[in-house]
Amino acid sequence: MKIPETSGSCCCSSDSGGQTCGCSENSILSTPIQTTTGIITFADRLDHLLARLGWHRSEHRVEPGLYRLGDPNAGSPVFASANYSLSFDALRSSLAGIDAWILVLDTKGINVWCAAGKGTFGTDELVRRIGASDLASLVSHRKIIVPQLGAPGISWQEVARRTKFIVEYGPVRAEDLPEYLKTHTATPAMRRVEFTLRDRLVLTPVEFRHAALFTFAAALILWFSAGPLAALAAVSAVLGGTILFPLLLPILPTQDFSTKGMILGVIVSLPFVYIFGTDPGLPVWAAVLSAAAALLLITAVVSYLALNFTGCTPFTSRTGVKKEIFTYVKVMAGMAAVGAAAGIILGVSGLLGVI
Amino acid sequence: MFDSYTKTSLSFDPALCINCRRCTQVCPHAVFTAGPTRVTLDRPSACMECGACALNCPVEAITVQSGVGCAWGMIGAALRGKDMDTESCCGGENGSCCGGFKTKQKTTVCDCGKKER
Repeated sequence: MKIPETSGSCCCSSDSGGQTCGCSENSILSTPIQTTTGIITFADRLDHLLARLGWHRSEHRVEPGLYRLGDPNAGSPVFASANYSLSFDALRSSLAGIDAWILVLDTKGINVWCAAGKGTFGTDELVRRIGASDLASLVSHRKIIVPQLGAPGISWQEVARRTKFIVEYGPVRAEDLPEYLKTHTATPAMRRVEFTLRDRLVLTPVEFRHAALFTFAAALILWFSAGPLAALAAVSAVLGGTILFPLLLPILPTQDFSTKGMILGVIVSLPFVYIFGTDPGLPVWAAVLSAAAALLLITAVVSYLALNFTGCTPFTSRTGVKKEIFTYVKVMAGMAAVGAAAGIILGVSGLLGVI
Repeated sequence: MFDSYTKTSLSFDPALCINCRRCTQVCPHAVFTAGPTRVTLDRPSACMECGACALNCPVEAITVQSGVGCAWGMIGAALRGKDMDTESCCGGENGSCCGGFKTKQKTTVCDCGKKER
């Protein structure tokens, strides 16, 4: 990604993080105005699919700077967005048919909400981009519509003080913008974030990818040490935690993700507990031990993956997640340790010819 | 029981509220409700501590210790011997940490020899 720089100004965009820094706010970047449309092409859809599959996650970027959508004039609305293609494309496709300015902030290819949480979609970057694009000379009004979920990074009063632009918080979802623009007020529903089945479903490929390598290694080791059924148990545990858990999230009992995960883990482990526990080829103590190993290990893995899903949801607080970590991680570790010990005892017994 | 999400770090001083209603616009969980003279804190346990309300309150009537409720990031930070609260990283490639932290920006050295803000 290349950003044109003005000569003689201070800029350190070559540092490792690619951070741009402005010693004076307005002089750092003079970006030419670019043009965009409201049309989502096949290439865009392919890019969205790859982003959802976690392919080069941080490289789904658009060039930061000011864009013309349609044929905007001095009275046209100005919208802020992130330089993540899914964010930018959601905005421009929702605004199809509307003449507008889009100011894309450099969020390093991260969506609006996550970038706002980290401060890259933030007051400083917005102020810089307003100055660098010379927005004040292009529009006669002083209003910029920022997505509501950008608010954790933006202080409207500071933007107003530094640029004279007034931040107007638009709806959560870009698709509500045409309705919002009729009155410039959002209904309570437009202000609420949701987490529908579809919202959860699209996250599952990336969730699974995070655990894929671990799963493959664990399945391989188990295949050769304990047989194909044990390998299947490992794969089932990870699929349960990364795909089944997000899908079943609202209907699993209890509020805590760890306990929801433990409940799901027990359910996922039941077929394996039954098969291992009733294996006629094993002495009773070994059958009990292998059933216990399946129950404890699968439950520990599913609940740990469930806990890790907190960061993907739009509602868990840091205070709550921290409390969960301190309450349950030791329980999960205990279950995993006892389960692993049972597995090792079985493995050693097998090697020694006891079973 | 089995609900770690009943308490948060959010606090609101109604006496300071000037009823600008910015908090009701930025909150994605309707934690604040608009009223005739001031907003009311109606759903405190729904707060996810994103910090938007506090950052956009012009009279500092709201305080919250904002952060990302992500076990992946916090456990990762703890395992790397870093601070769970401030150095949590929610993934990304090459340790990109969602494009860097606020604190990182502050210490960036510019060519002109000054430290950025």
